Amino acid sequence: MKPPPFDYVAPQTLDEALETARQSGGEAKFLAGGQSLVPAMNFRLAQPSLLIDLNRIPDLAYIRQNGDGLHLGAMTRQRQLELDALVARHAPLLTEAMPFVAHPQIRNRGTLGGSLAHADPAAELPVVAVALEARLRARSTRGERWIEAGEFFQGMFSTALAPDELLVEVILPAPPPGTGTCFTEFSRRRGDYALMGVAAVVRLDPSGTCRDARLVFLNAGDGPTAAPRAAEMLVGRRIDEPAADRAALFAASEEIAPAGNLHATPDFQRHLARVLARRAILTAAQRAS
Amino acid sequence: MPDSQRDIQVTVNGVVYQSRVEPRLLLSDYLRHELGLTGTHVGCEHGVCGACTVLFDGQPIRSCLLFAVQADGHEIGTVEGLAASPQELHPLQQAFWEKHALQCGFCTPGFLMTLVPWLEAHPRPTAEQVREAISGNLCRCTGYQNIVAAVLLAAERMRT
Repeated sequence: MKPPPFDYVAPQTLDEALETARQSGGEAKFLAGGQSLVPAMNFRLAQPSLLIDLNRIPDLAYIRQNGDGLHLGAMTRQRQLELDALVARHAPLLTEAMPFVAHPQIRNRGTLGGSLAHADPAAELPVVAVALEARLRARSTRGERWIEAGEFFQGMFSTALAPDELLVEVILPAPPPGTGTCFTEFSRRRGDYALMGVAAVVRLDPSGTCRDARLVFLNAGDGPTAAPRAAEMLVGRRIDEPAADRAALFAASEEIAPAGNLHATPDFQRHLARVLARRAILTAAQRAS
Repeated sequence: MPDSQRDIQVTVNGVVYQSRVEPRLLLSDYLRHELGLTGTHVGCEHGVCGACTVLFDGQPIRSCLLFAVQADGHEIGTVEGLAASPQELHPLQQAFWEKHALQCGFCTPGFLMTLVPWLEAHPRPTAEQVREAISGNLCRCTGYQNIVAAVLLAAERMRT
């Protein structure tokens, strides 16, 4: 299948892109890496009448570290994030998740912002963003606003962005001392969409007691699916295997709603969720100390 | 106006082409139909199979997920650019041949374009690393064993 005819512009400035988006009255789509949008267009599942190509706009791709955390330009290629030393040091959860994102060829073009704005419930980057409590900066002709990751994802392929609004930056707050993280997922073949995946973030105090925890699943609902009650079960205690398993079991049975698919029943997804969450929690705890 | 033709200039295997294309023309179809470079194959058109993999400014990408207009001003490398001459195959191609790493050959250009830059960055790979590197390319014929063997052989030869 081939896409139907569409109009195409490749502006050289962000303001031009935003103005074009505003004028299109919601009919235009931004083209970032294209690794999710173009397949949808090839299958005619998406038929935008106008594509606004972002790839010729300078200064939208960067990886910088400030006092408050890691600042990532939305057009930063996934492959760059995967290989970056600053990311490995300050957001190892992201580094750990990257090799699970599709294939290297996809990651050479796919972008951070594109993946977040696409909001596929089976995607890794939205889960990482929520687990790390990322702050997202969005811009339109009306100005700029910040959106917390926890509020950004609003359903399947649906975000808080207005149709003419562009995600321009993602900030990953600097993790407090004693933080450990782990990302893991399970798929039938390398590069396939995961049947289940989870990001675990824990913070231990010097005595090894957990003070804070977050657990976020992918492919477990309409978007990144947090399990705050399971995470709360870990707080105020040392994280050993029984504790990790209790929390994992609670999350898998009470806090996620996997829909099942061609390769896995919801029950199997829940089973995977328990196993993966237990491993992720324990690994995150080991890394925190 | 929708889908009006655009003028683009694309360098493919070192040769500069000037073309007029519709925005919706995929890079894979541009290479095959406009330029007659049919070595790049079209398998799934949604980025999964890897048969369409080409080099974009030196990096392997899915040409089925890029519009030709996006390649304006950029450099594309396809399988046609690998062999130094009709008599002299690229060492990776030679190794594929010797190790029977292709049968129908449909997936092969995608494997080659994925592996050529990868081998440059990983001159002493293990079999495990090779399997990881080819995880974005599907082959229905060979079962991958001979592909891995070919890559290891090519790596050895390219080191000397």
